[in-house]
Amino acid sequence: MSDKETRERKIFRLSRRKALKGLAAGVGALALPGKDASASFWEAFFQKNFRELGKDDLRKVLARMEKEYGAQYGRAVKVKATPPIEGVQYGYALDLSRCIGCRRCVYGCVRENNQSRDPQIHWIRVLQMNKEKGVYLEEAEQYYNPAKVPEPGYFYMPVQCHMCKSPPCTKVCPVQATWTEKDGLVVVDYNWCIGCRYCMAACPYGARHFNWKKPGLPAAELNPDTHILGNRPRPVGVVEKCTFCIQRTRENPGRYPACVEACPVGARKFGNLLDPESEIRYIIENKRVFIFKEDLNTQPKFFYFYAT
Amino acid sequence: MKMIWEFFKGTLVLVFRGSKAYYAWVFSLLVLMAVGVFAYAHQLQAGLIVTAMRDQVSWGFYISNFTFLVGVAAAAVLLVIPAYVYHWKPIKEIAVLGEMLAVSAMVMCLLFVTVDIGRPERFWHLIPKIGILNFPQSLLAWDVVVLNTYLVLNLMIAVFILYNLYHRREPNKSFTTPLILFSIPAAISIHTVTAFLYNGLGARPFWNASILAPRFLASAFCSGPAFMIMLFQVIRKYTKTDIKDEAIFKVAELIAYSMFLNLFLLGAEVFKEYYSDTIHLAPMQYLFQGLHGHTSLVPYIWTAMLFNVTAFVLFLVPKTRENYVTLNIGCILIFIGVYIEKGMGLVIPGLAPDVLGEIYDYSPTGIEFLVSMGIWATGLFVYTMLLRVAIPILNGDFHVGEDGVTPVIADERFIVRRQGLVSRTPEAEA
Amino acid sequence: MSNRRWSYFFLLARIAAFFLPDAAALAGHQAEEPKTRKEEGAALQFPVPPPPFTPGIFPCSECHKEIKPNPKRRVLKDEHTNIVLNHAQGQRWCLDCHDAANRDKLRLVSGEKIDFSESYRLCGQCHGDKFRDWKVGVHGKRSGEWNGKKEYLLCAHCHNPHDPRYKPIQPLPPPVRPETIR
Repeated sequence: MSDKETRERKIFRLSRRKALKGLAAGVGALALPGKDASASFWEAFFQKNFRELGKDDLRKVLARMEKEYGAQYGRAVKVKATPPIEGVQYGYALDLSRCIGCRRCVYGCVRENNQSRDPQIHWIRVLQMNKEKGVYLEEAEQYYNPAKVPEPGYFYMPVQCHMCKSPPCTKVCPVQATWTEKDGLVVVDYNWCIGCRYCMAACPYGARHFNWKKPGLPAAELNPDTHILGNRPRPVGVVEKCTFCIQRTRENPGRYPACVEACPVGARKFGNLLDPESEIRYIIENKRVFIFKEDLNTQPKFFYFYAT
Repeated sequence: MKMIWEFFKGTLVLVFRGSKAYYAWVFSLLVLMAVGVFAYAHQLQAGLIVTAMRDQVSWGFYISNFTFLVGVAAAAVLLVIPAYVYHWKPIKEIAVLGEMLAVSAMVMCLLFVTVDIGRPERFWHLIPKIGILNFPQSLLAWDVVVLNTYLVLNLMIAVFILYNLYHRREPNKSFTTPLILFSIPAAISIHTVTAFLYNGLGARPFWNASILAPRFLASAFCSGPAFMIMLFQVIRKYTKTDIKDEAIFKVAELIAYSMFLNLFLLGAEVFKEYYSDTIHLAPMQYLFQGLHGHTSLVPYIWTAMLFNVTAFVLFLVPKTRENYVTLNIGCILIFIGVYIEKGMGLVIPGLAPDVLGEIYDYSPTGIEFLVSMGIWATGLFVYTMLLRVAIPILNGDFHVGEDGVTPVIADERFIVRRQGLVSRTPEAEA
Repeated sequence: MSNRRWSYFFLLARIAAFFLPDAAALAGHQAEEPKTRKEEGAALQFPVPPPPFTPGIFPCSECHKEIKPNPKRRVLKDEHTNIVLNHAQGQRWCLDCHDAANRDKLRLVSGEKIDFSESYRLCGQCHGDKFRDWKVGVHGKRSGEWNGKKEYLLCAHCHNPHDPRYKPIQPLPPPVRPETIR
């Protein structure tokens, strides 16, 4: 950050800087090796919560991130901040009578959303369950690995963020680093999250994942089309989660989420809940729909259904 | 102003003086703290991957210790209530020690939270106006508020009383009484809020039981005072302070009642889960019986049960309660028992089986042990420093001189093995 | 004074609200028209990729123009022996779906001849419920843009028409267990 830019900053930002710089220098120096203590580090450190960023602030932040990731991965990275589309509430439905548990969605998601490969982070967890027991979590198995799926006698239930209308996770965040966007997407500001993991304890769907270590993402596998609230490369020590592929679905026209695209059996359905012509509305109106942990009143916008 | 500066200088002189035993004790704490700092530096470098926590069990040993210590801190109120509300004299002398214990425990609590979070350098996000404190939505925000309030409150009370005694005058009641009265609900609130922090999560049936907050309080009123009883004996054995038997036995009696409540509430919880036998029984089974071959918590919880019940009996029977051997055994049993039950025994079954039914057997890593040990050492160090100043003041060995400014230090050694009677009338009363 | 008037007003409003929703719902129920989804049939195009032929097999007329159609139901002995009909085999055979006169076409029950790229109409004759779901994008895979151009797949892209049950596939690797994440 140049001196000129510094002078242009708002007065209250300056006072914030003054008040914290001393303390931050101490902690920062402890947390980071000296070479990282660049201007960009301080700019990231003092970055406001996403929802408090003005237009100019946001532009600078996006440019800084693109530069940072470009240098880190040695290739051009686009960081968007595409806003919600008016009149859209995203909804998702998954056909339990179709899913075969092949995990194509899991890895499609990992590739699209730049999840850490090592240590491994999966936003989608697929549960194998006994047809005789029904949705009985105590005997659900995530680590099944037969030669072929589906196995007779079992059904499969992929679980990811349910984009609850009444999300227990955002409620508990002590710093409002996670919130529901106008289009119903529950997002995380990776630059504001303090990593307390209270949201992980609160989520009934195991949808939130923590970067226990600096994410391991080979440059060759990076998806360079990213959104600031979605699949941009994540720092260590923060929580991340499914965003219904915000970098795709907020475009107009926007592609289906990567998991929908990856599913070989077409069990995954996505659309606008406010559009009566959408497939998601057709499902809700015509199919047997099942809401996971309905008793918790989280009011998910992710539905399971049985097409047959 | 000059008087406060002189007082402060006097305290600095005090903490640097002491017997060989004092130096040895402080030095070993400093070593443990240094080890903790190194372990923490490693954790900062590598990330929380060096702990055994994972997405399935996202809180572990750190938060368990935090939870237990909130209880210890809250227990200071147990000594304050009779001391100030009922003007019950023997306890009044030692109430200030309880408040200082609360301060030390609070320091440990805040440290345990700090080492648990992924981005400690972003702590300023929690400060209202500068950052965003999600108050009153988030119970963690509540916890931040009440824990810091409680810390400041106890520090203020203790320092104010000690500063006045140092000036050889009775502390101004119109200042102390409201603060002390406020500290009672504050103590209850820190533990209630900490309980609610778990309690409010519908996703975690093991925590989502309305009996949790009362259970927290009941167990806190066991572990904190048990620690105090042992501490009082150490203090009167190795320093010049006097603490009456009567006070100790009274505290022990209160422990017995609290332990009864604690066991009763736990029993109520166990009955409800086992008899109704819903899907929410799983965490309870994991804790008490083991589930699907995962039995890592079972030996610990049964140890805790055995210890708690034994201690309850020891403290209930006046004969064993007033015998120092059995009393101390009881204290140790209670401290360990509650540490298991209200620490890992509370946190881990809330997270395992996880929300998708997976069981990850969490067991802390070496780094977690070292960091935790460093924090315990820090807490003990803070408490030692506070005692180093407080005890000479209470004894009248550290007070303002004839000129009203220069401090007089009569206690040069601090930790000394004492001879003869253990119970005596303290001189500091006047 | 004015306070009282307001509270009276609110009271009235609440009483009204108590009765009105039911009335409104009732009226709405009666007035409700049958749902109009985008009209079915020829008007709606279903963009699909080319049918999944075995390489080199199409056009069928390449071979069949030389052969005189034999309408007798039988098990094929010389050609197409790899095709094992596992699809209501007791009730039908090749020429129920493949047009005897023009082998490059499929044949509906009505006698209408259709291209292979429209095969969903053939399947939809029996599987009406699936066809209905498929058309709105609920049965089968739909890709493309959720709020724009959509791509469909033919039934035959996922289901072998002669043996339509979806075949088991190899799953991708299970996640790493938390114990082994280091």
